[in-house]
Amino acid sequence: MRFLHVLIRIFAIMRKEFIHIRRDPRTLAIVIILPIFQLIIFGYAVTSDVKHLPLAVFDQDRTAASRALIEAYRNSGYFDIAYYVSTHDEIAYLIDAGLARAGLTIPPGYSNRLARREQAEVSFIIDGSDPTIANTALASASAIGQAHGAELLQTALRRGGTLPGLLPGVEVRTRVWYNPNMRSANYMVPALIGLILQTLTALLTAVAIVREREQGTLESLIVTPIRSVELVLGKIVPYVVLAFMDMILILVVGTYWFHVPINGSVTLLLALAALFLMSSLGIGLLVSSAARTQQEAMMMAFFTILPSVFLSGFMFPIASMPPVLQWLSKVIPLTYFLVIDRGIVLKGNGMDILLPQVTMLTVLGVIILSLAVLRFRKRLE
Amino acid sequence: MTDSPIVVEADRLSRRFGPIVAVNELSLTVARGEIFGLIGPDGAGKTTVLRLLAAVMPPSSGQARVLGFDIRHQAERIRQAIGYMPQKFSLYADLTVIENLNFFADLFNVRGARRHQRIAELLAFSRLAEFTERRAAALSGGMQKKLALACALIHNPQVIFLDEPTTGVDPISRREFWDILSSLHVQGATIIVSTPYMDEAERCSRVGLMYEGRIAECDTPDGLRRLTPGELLAVWTPQVMQARRIAAALPGVLEVQTYGDLLHVFVHDAAAIAPQLAQALAAAGVPVTEIKRAQPRVEEAFISLIVGRRAAT
Amino acid sequence: MDAVVTENLTKRFGGFIAVDRVNLRVPIGVIFGFLGPNGSGKTTTIRMLLGLLQPSEGRATILGFDCAAETEAIRRRAGYMSQRFSLYDELTVVENLDFYGHTYGVVGRRLAERKRFILELAGLKGREKELTRNLSGGWKQRLALGVAILHEPQVLFLDEPTAGVDPVSRRQFWELLYTQAAAGVTVFVTTHYMDEAEQCQALAFIHRGKIVAQGSPAEIKAQQMRGQVLEIACQPTAVALPILKGLALFEEVALYGARLHAVAENAAALMPRVEAALTAAGVAVQEITPIPPSLEDVFISRIR
Repeated sequence: MRFLHVLIRIFAIMRKEFIHIRRDPRTLAIVIILPIFQLIIFGYAVTSDVKHLPLAVFDQDRTAASRALIEAYRNSGYFDIAYYVSTHDEIAYLIDAGLARAGLTIPPGYSNRLARREQAEVSFIIDGSDPTIANTALASASAIGQAHGAELLQTALRRGGTLPGLLPGVEVRTRVWYNPNMRSANYMVPALIGLILQTLTALLTAVAIVREREQGTLESLIVTPIRSVELVLGKIVPYVVLAFMDMILILVVGTYWFHVPINGSVTLLLALAALFLMSSLGIGLLVSSAARTQQEAMMMAFFTILPSVFLSGFMFPIASMPPVLQWLSKVIPLTYFLVIDRGIVLKGNGMDILLPQVTMLTVLGVIILSLAVLRFRKRLE
Repeated sequence: MTDSPIVVEADRLSRRFGPIVAVNELSLTVARGEIFGLIGPDGAGKTTVLRLLAAVMPPSSGQARVLGFDIRHQAERIRQAIGYMPQKFSLYADLTVIENLNFFADLFNVRGARRHQRIAELLAFSRLAEFTERRAAALSGGMQKKLALACALIHNPQVIFLDEPTTGVDPISRREFWDILSSLHVQGATIIVSTPYMDEAERCSRVGLMYEGRIAECDTPDGLRRLTPGELLAVWTPQVMQARRIAAALPGVLEVQTYGDLLHVFVHDAAAIAPQLAQALAAAGVPVTEIKRAQPRVEEAFISLIVGRRAAT
Repeated sequence: MDAVVTENLTKRFGGFIAVDRVNLRVPIGVIFGFLGPNGSGKTTTIRMLLGLLQPSEGRATILGFDCAAETEAIRRRAGYMSQRFSLYDELTVVENLDFYGHTYGVVGRRLAERKRFILELAGLKGREKELTRNLSGGWKQRLALGVAILHEPQVLFLDEPTAGVDPVSRRQFWELLYTQAAAGVTVFVTTHYMDEAEQCQALAFIHRGKIVAQGSPAEIKAQQMRGQVLEIACQPTAVALPILKGLALFEEVALYGARLHAVAENAAALMPRVEAALTAAGVAVQEITPIPPSLEDVFISRIR
């Protein structure tokens, strides 16, 4: 009987919460529009995809073979052949002026060397001022040129600016795994699942609880027999449901609109997302115990989201961060979940491979959630 | 729950907010079946006392028992047994009347036929039966108060704490509200209510006058009335302000208070001063409709007590 | 010229008529009480007068200026204190005064002068540096009044200025209103306290958007009261109340402080029957007297 009462109370809070959501168009809008908005931003606008980069070509060979190479670049869609030039200096000028982002020089004798089955080299110059684009362009250039000189060029690129590189032009050595076209949508969409789950649950949970305090309804709740844990559970569950709905929404849009293939198990992804939610909900609860107004709650929630965006590997690779930030990224739950959801979606990873991340996520989730529940007091102070 | 005649027992209860002492070593006993009124100026600590007793907020020191349960350690037991209506509207504005009632019925585990009957009763006496589908936000101030009361009563509590339930409500709704409280009282409920309205204090069986975190006086309304200095003369005049100046200057007059076209003059000896006052007013050309001896009300008692205390500090 | 005049002032929200052909006339320099139950249209009327809402029909003027068209002129001459005092909790007393002074274009020496005057008037001297949040209700309310009169308005609108304020503070507040009125300021005030209504020189009762009575307190009591009032002192009142209601002789029976008030056409003639019925039920009757109606009696009889 006691257990039944507990369920009834939790259910009462849940039902009320759903009524709030249904009658508050703003919450509903956040829930539906936010993920779509973020998908569009990260799927299209914040893209490191290389498309139609203006390319300057200095063809000193002028043979069918060299034209075929140029054609191959054009056909790839990554580059537009914007200029045909007749000196190296022209390439340097075009890149300096920003008119071209890359330069391809095909030396005289290219076709002859190919014909003699010798190592034919073309040089490829890339504007490294935007390293992300440069990296991708490089990879594309290499892939297109079917060469293995990428490493050499990258070494050169690290010094920044406009640098020449060497592109041996015969053997296909470079291959990109998992995301052969290097489409950032494939990389971003699964990551978005993590970010949106966190934003939504942390923000909405915090706001939903603080609203009770701000509007004085918490005082009425306090004098009812409901326990803190029941209240927390009842408040959380609706937002978990919303979060999962959003997750499915992202997966559907990702699959059918951005054509992101899901290589792994969707069930595993959902299960581990639930694990991840423990820490996001904990963050939301912690925020709610500190904030007095909904506005404060929102600002605090965003404050927790920012480091997640920048330090979790969502935007920038962790490996290239300074050691302090790398260390910091280890206590951010999203760091682990990103490895998990990218792993499942892109690589088809299973539990065996993801075990270290799952373990860390569990540890972090338990710590954050227990802290939050301990701090949450069903009393006025 | 005990059957002890004592419902509330507070012993040197204190509550501090940082440097501010909201409730200062307050001791109080309320017996079963009382309507106990807490009155006092703003910031005297009325809301905090009610919150402490309803176990909504922990005390800084001291202790109190409600129905025999300790407010620190048995908060859950107290919550099951009492009804509490906070001062601020604390229902869900986007939920309808019936949704709010059902919600609290769920939380208090009032189910089945019992819930059905209880909600019907509450809707009937609060006269909200025809508004069940209306959202709380769309109710008038008086109706919101009645809905809040109905929600606080869903589990049939024997002790009811009400924090300024009629503030900002029009006189008709106030009357209705007090009619409801009277009928609850007749049914045996113990009611502890704070109010800024002195006419409401008159309806209580006992009144505690709070001042600076303590109960300065605690008595029946009759007892409080006797605390006013001397005797009271009521003077009706169209020129109140002028009459007031004249009365205040008269020897033997302790205090003068104005109420609309009515002047209350506290004197040592009403029989002796009444003619002198009439004469003084006539001499100044102030028309007087009537002068007679009157019973002081709680309001007069309240004002002279507060004014006296403020003067003393 | 009058301070406030409305002609068939009407406001509709969708199908709901919040204010229905209201005609008011408030002479300059009086304290005018605007009474009515919650939701009867008081606040809506004030908002139209201040040009915050556009009337659906009819017109209103303040000191001859059209409320809908000449809002600038009106705002310079009118002060407004809303139900929830619009003060900034995080600012100190003086900072609030400074802020509102600047928004009304009161600056420099005039602002300094006004601030000194207001701090003195509201008894806020010595609390200039205190955060508004830490002020108790009575202080806040007097500060809000101070803010409303900072720019020396000729007409002052107060929407339930004393709700929830204790009697001592309410008194002090009304003393302030008297000094304002004495200085020629017209005070337009809404209240739920009938003792405050008694202190107004002119009153209007609004009910469901319509004016149901208008005049001085004495006029209203003399003209508007349907029937007489019996005041009954007895014990216990909770038992007596349902008995009297059960007699079905009275239009209205209600607790009035510790006593009962019963209203009927020829109440005095009913006294013996009342006494008999109460005594029979075991109620100890101390006194039954016909009394002049209070404004609260009138209010309730007009609006029921």
